[in-house]
Amino acid sequence: MTQLVLFNVFNGLIVGAFYALMALGLSLILNLSGVINFAHGGFLAIGGYVAYALIPYVGFWGALLLAPFVTAVLGLIVERLLIRRLYGRDPLYSLLLTFGLAFMFEDGTRFIWGAQSLPYQVPAWLLSPLSSAYFFLTGYRLFMVAIVAIAVGGLFLILTYTRLGVRIRAGTLDLETVSVLGVNVRWLRSLNFGLGVYLAGLAGVLAVGQLGLQPTIGSSLIMPSFVAIIVGGLGSLPGTLLGGLLIGVASGVTTVFFPSATEAVMYVMMAAVLMVRPRGLLGEEGRL
Amino acid sequence: MRSDLTKQASNIVVWLLLATVPFWLPKVPGGYLELGSRALVLGLAAMALNFLLGYTGVLSFGHAAYFGLGAYGAGMTIRYLVPSTGLGLLIGTLVGTVAAALIGPLIVRLRGVYFAMVTIAFGQVFYFIAFRWSNVTGGDDGLTNWTRQPLDLLVTRVDIEHSSTAFYYLALVVFAVAVGVMAWLLRSPFGRTLIAIRENERRARFLGIPVDRHIWISWVISCAVVSVAGALYALLNNFVDPRALYWSQSGDFVIMAVLGGMRSFWGPLLGAAIFVALQDVLSSHTENWMSFVGLFFVLVVLFFPRGVLGMIRRRVTT
Repeated sequence: MTQLVLFNVFNGLIVGAFYALMALGLSLILNLSGVINFAHGGFLAIGGYVAYALIPYVGFWGALLLAPFVTAVLGLIVERLLIRRLYGRDPLYSLLLTFGLAFMFEDGTRFIWGAQSLPYQVPAWLLSPLSSAYFFLTGYRLFMVAIVAIAVGGLFLILTYTRLGVRIRAGTLDLETVSVLGVNVRWLRSLNFGLGVYLAGLAGVLAVGQLGLQPTIGSSLIMPSFVAIIVGGLGSLPGTLLGGLLIGVASGVTTVFFPSATEAVMYVMMAAVLMVRPRGLLGEEGRL
Repeated sequence: MRSDLTKQASNIVVWLLLATVPFWLPKVPGGYLELGSRALVLGLAAMALNFLLGYTGVLSFGHAAYFGLGAYGAGMTIRYLVPSTGLGLLIGTLVGTVAAALIGPLIVRLRGVYFAMVTIAFGQVFYFIAFRWSNVTGGDDGLTNWTRQPLDLLVTRVDIEHSSTAFYYLALVVFAVAVGVMAWLLRSPFGRTLIAIRENERRARFLGIPVDRHIWISWVISCAVVSVAGALYALLNNFVDPRALYWSQSGDFVIMAVLGGMRSFWGPLLGAAIFVALQDVLSSHTENWMSFVGLFFVLVVLFFPRGVLGMIRRRVTT
């Protein structure tokens, strides 16, 4: 029993790490530009498929490095051509636009790579369990957690210590002032969008090794990322991280005791958080 | 005065067109009556959404939840409780309205994108319930093995079960009542207050208007009418499946409202008609209709942000 619970807590942590990685990208874009990027799941799927397409040429490690960049470049193009036109307009429009993009990405990947699940090759030595008692601790899972940890750590370092990161954080608080101080806000928004999409692409590359590669992978991960943001706190990146991990573990534990509520439990958590603390666990005052 | 006259005239035209759908729609190439019923029912949902979106200025992206609850409420009533169309409609509406009223207090303090995000997320709960509770709801296969029942009026019995024309008129009557109520509310002081909140929430608050409570009431009314539409939708298809609750359905309602024109009362109905017709054509011609619907969303946002009626009105005034 303990082992079963441990197994599911660990599983939940991994899933939660995906949610968090994806939600962090969403949060970055939402906080700076006020855009809910519904196509984020689509970018995640594209990250996975690009990695799949790259593996024969550059191998597993090369794909892990390159695919998120390719996804980010695609994100930059989308931002430049489409989303940029909608800044400052009613958020309804960017929401609808990215919603349409999500449809197109999902259907596009289905058109190119087919609807059936594709095999994704992970190096064999990563798949073997580390110990027989804790069979679920395969190398790949630990590896995923490590990569997510590195990515999140890197993100927070960028935001704290680089000029770009400081400007992003300042822009989140008051974009107009940042603009008046001579920062090119158009570039700032572009780079920020690219950074967010990079995280989605990375999440995609990691997720397909665990969940399999199919066109619907994006739409199945986007809702939990929304919940992660709401639970963790609107406007707070540490909150988003916490929210992702929390709902991941919660649904992992629920799988043990009440399997049919696995998905529903995160929404119950969201309702509870909204009832007690509408701005979310680590949300800032006055950002609603 | 003149604008009042044109308004009256356009109202009369709309109602005449709606009342004669069974006569002219089958004569249009590619048209058939079920398509008209579907446009009418989805149009009602889009108009209900617009009560909130266009007239209160609150961005809800989760209306499919209440649409689906209405649909399941109606379907399950007829399947499990009483084989009565009227009762199905009533209970379906009640289920959706109560759920909306309970969720309302959790979300009325949020605004803008955050309101949208929380409403989307809440919608998913009901999707998963319908999906997982499969021995009652039929799960992914949907709720089957039931049909809408003939309608017993006091003097006569209307066979809406087999006559799609009769069903269309039942839907039209329900539509007329729901739309009439919404129009009446919008013209009342309450409706004017909602518009004031849309235009300038802070000023409305300073005038002493309890903004959160107004948004809550507007949300409940909007969701109630959406669940009426959902119940009708279930009756129309004699079938409900979890996709009626899925977030992509919510997006469809929003695009209908935007496409037709959010600032006009009839806009969403027009948007629904265009959307339904387009979907019908696309899904019979291509497997990749999802891409085209997505592209359609993008094009509407980039080129028709005011909607068809908004564009026409703008051209007339300039």
